[in-house]
Amino acid sequence: MPEKVSGVAIRCSGLRKRFVSRSSTVDAVNGLDLEVRSGECFGLLGPNGAGKTTTIEILEGLLTPTSGEVEVLGARWESHPDHLRQRIGISLQETRFAEKLSVRETLALFRSFYRRGITPDEAMTLVSLHEKSGAWVGKLSGGQRQRLAVACALLGDPELLFLDEPTTGLDPQSRRALWEILRDLRSRGRTILVTTHYMDEAERLCDRVAIVDAGKVIALGSPAELVSRLGGEHVIEFALEAAPHGGPAGEAGSPGTTSPGEDEYRRLPGVSGVRIDPDGVALTVTEPHVTLPALLARLQRDRLALARLATRHVSLEDVFVDLTGRHLRDEAASAA
Amino acid sequence: MSGPGPFKALLVSRLREFYREPEAIFWVYGFPVLLAIGLGIAFRERPPEEVRIDVLTPATAAAPDGSGAPDASAGAASTLRTLQLDTRFRARPCAGDECAQRLRLGRTDLVVAPSPAGLEFRFDPTRPESVLARARTEEALQRAAGRADPLRVEERPTTQPGSRYIDFLIPGLLGMNLMGGGLWGIGFVLVDMRVRKLLKRLVATPMRRTDFLLAMMTSRILFMLPEVALLLAAGSLLFKVRVQGSLLAVLAVSLLGAVSFAGLGLLVACRAQKIETVSGLMNVVMLPMWLLSGIFFSSERFPAALQPAIQALPLTMLNEALRAVILEGAGLSSQGLRLAGLALWGAVSFVLALRWFRWS
Repeated sequence: MPEKVSGVAIRCSGLRKRFVSRSSTVDAVNGLDLEVRSGECFGLLGPNGAGKTTTIEILEGLLTPTSGEVEVLGARWESHPDHLRQRIGISLQETRFAEKLSVRETLALFRSFYRRGITPDEAMTLVSLHEKSGAWVGKLSGGQRQRLAVACALLGDPELLFLDEPTTGLDPQSRRALWEILRDLRSRGRTILVTTHYMDEAERLCDRVAIVDAGKVIALGSPAELVSRLGGEHVIEFALEAAPHGGPAGEAGSPGTTSPGEDEYRRLPGVSGVRIDPDGVALTVTEPHVTLPALLARLQRDRLALARLATRHVSLEDVFVDLTGRHLRDEAASAA
Repeated sequence: MSGPGPFKALLVSRLREFYREPEAIFWVYGFPVLLAIGLGIAFRERPPEEVRIDVLTPATAAAPDGSGAPDASAGAASTLRTLQLDTRFRARPCAGDECAQRLRLGRTDLVVAPSPAGLEFRFDPTRPESVLARARTEEALQRAAGRADPLRVEERPTTQPGSRYIDFLIPGLLGMNLMGGGLWGIGFVLVDMRVRKLLKRLVATPMRRTDFLLAMMTSRILFMLPEVALLLAAGSLLFKVRVQGSLLAVLAVSLLGAVSFAGLGLLVACRAQKIETVSGLMNVVMLPMWLLSGIFFSSERFPAALQPAIQALPLTMLNEALRAVILEGAGLSSQGLRLAGLALWGAVSFVLALRWFRWS
């Protein structure tokens, strides 16, 4: 094993990337600072277009930043490109490998580029792809292809692994299978940087998470830390039946409705946060068993009927909404 | 170190991808041979065809008052008889309107009509067989009428392999194939890999880019060998097309052609982000050369003013060099200028391509 870089695997500061085209100028990354510690699984979390992929590709040495400092495994891309390439493993967002090569042949090809590493067989074992070793890549399912991509990233026995949206587009079962693989890798002491727009993925996989929005880190910490910033650990979500005057349920404060406003909800016992959306209300609470009876009593007094009611644990999704006022869900997430 | 080195691994992968693609195999190896067979049969050497003549018969040619009819009738009859006796002609009598119609539709090559002066030849001067019929018929009739030729001419007919259409065609198809193989085999494959983000994935590894490009070039050269062998073998076995020069020289010219067009393929593919883009670009590059560079017919058919440009096209240089070696038995040194020109095309394309190349 190569000697571990003490402490920090990735450090970047003041990272900016501007894409200039004829029609527009886009600052995909806009002053981003990051420090990934050796041995941790670090998540870059954010909606599509937040700058996650641009950031990870700069860190991977595939893009040059417009400005900013990048240090990977204690080295810089400009001075030690080959040295770094030998020590990291990369899985890009949707690489379509050659369809007419088998899994084993694809792995043998990628293995040939590294001076040292694991055998294709070992890589297949790590991602449980052994039974497909002779199958052409074109015949693999989406989940199997993603596992092949991860296996290709592992061939050089990397100290640092970059995974860009490894589970996007996979069915729940394949996602869970891939999580198992990544957890296993982390337990073997590898540093992993993973981007995702799935909150549950970040919560389950990552030691620390950076929430990225509009090219910047807007929050950083362990999933538990980030969640605790909301003040409560539970969320009560509900929606009201159509209000007497025909106004949409939950549209508090708008004229002609009798629904309670944000302040009224906040006055309920145990409520630390209130979010009112067109499709419902979410209360962040410390103790649901205290808040719920009070809420129900209040609604009954106003003769308001519930359309739905649910309680759940606070998630990173709530953190993101709290920070940005927007939902992280988008077409890609709802497709999964 | 386990497994093969990166160059060998890349090359083996490329070869596997190729031979596992039946369509590619057909277009690279099957199609040119089928084309050669088809065209070779269509334009094969045929025995000299009979000259088809219609003789306007007096029954219909005669004037309504009947004057002069016996004269014309006798003349037409004897003309018909003379021509029918000669095996080179297929003469038949016909009536006025029918004659004109048959000539117009190309069912006959010549109409012989009696005229006050003696005979009248009606023919189409833009049709070679019509012109030939006119000359042959006049000669036969003049001789029959007692013309004595002042000069004696002896004929010695020869038909030699090397001057037939199929002989012209095989080197042209070889050149065309080398062009197509270089452009598609390199250009298309690279853009496809770029679209799949496979190029980007490869440069995300420690792979040396020179290994990758060298493997692409080498695979192209390896695919080229059966291409050349198949086409030459098909020409030789089916049409007895003989290679007059040395096979080594043919191979050397083909190799240079394959490498140069691979360079051009690299250039065409160096930035294209879509398959549609690269397909369009390749057609822009190849179409003029299909037409101008003497694949199916000689490029000398184009006006003299265009010749300098045509001769400077890489496929023209390749085709001419291949023809010189295959048909005339020329050595490589006599083709120095063309080969140098071809190499220059390849080298310039290669350098520009490497400069502009996008891996992602």
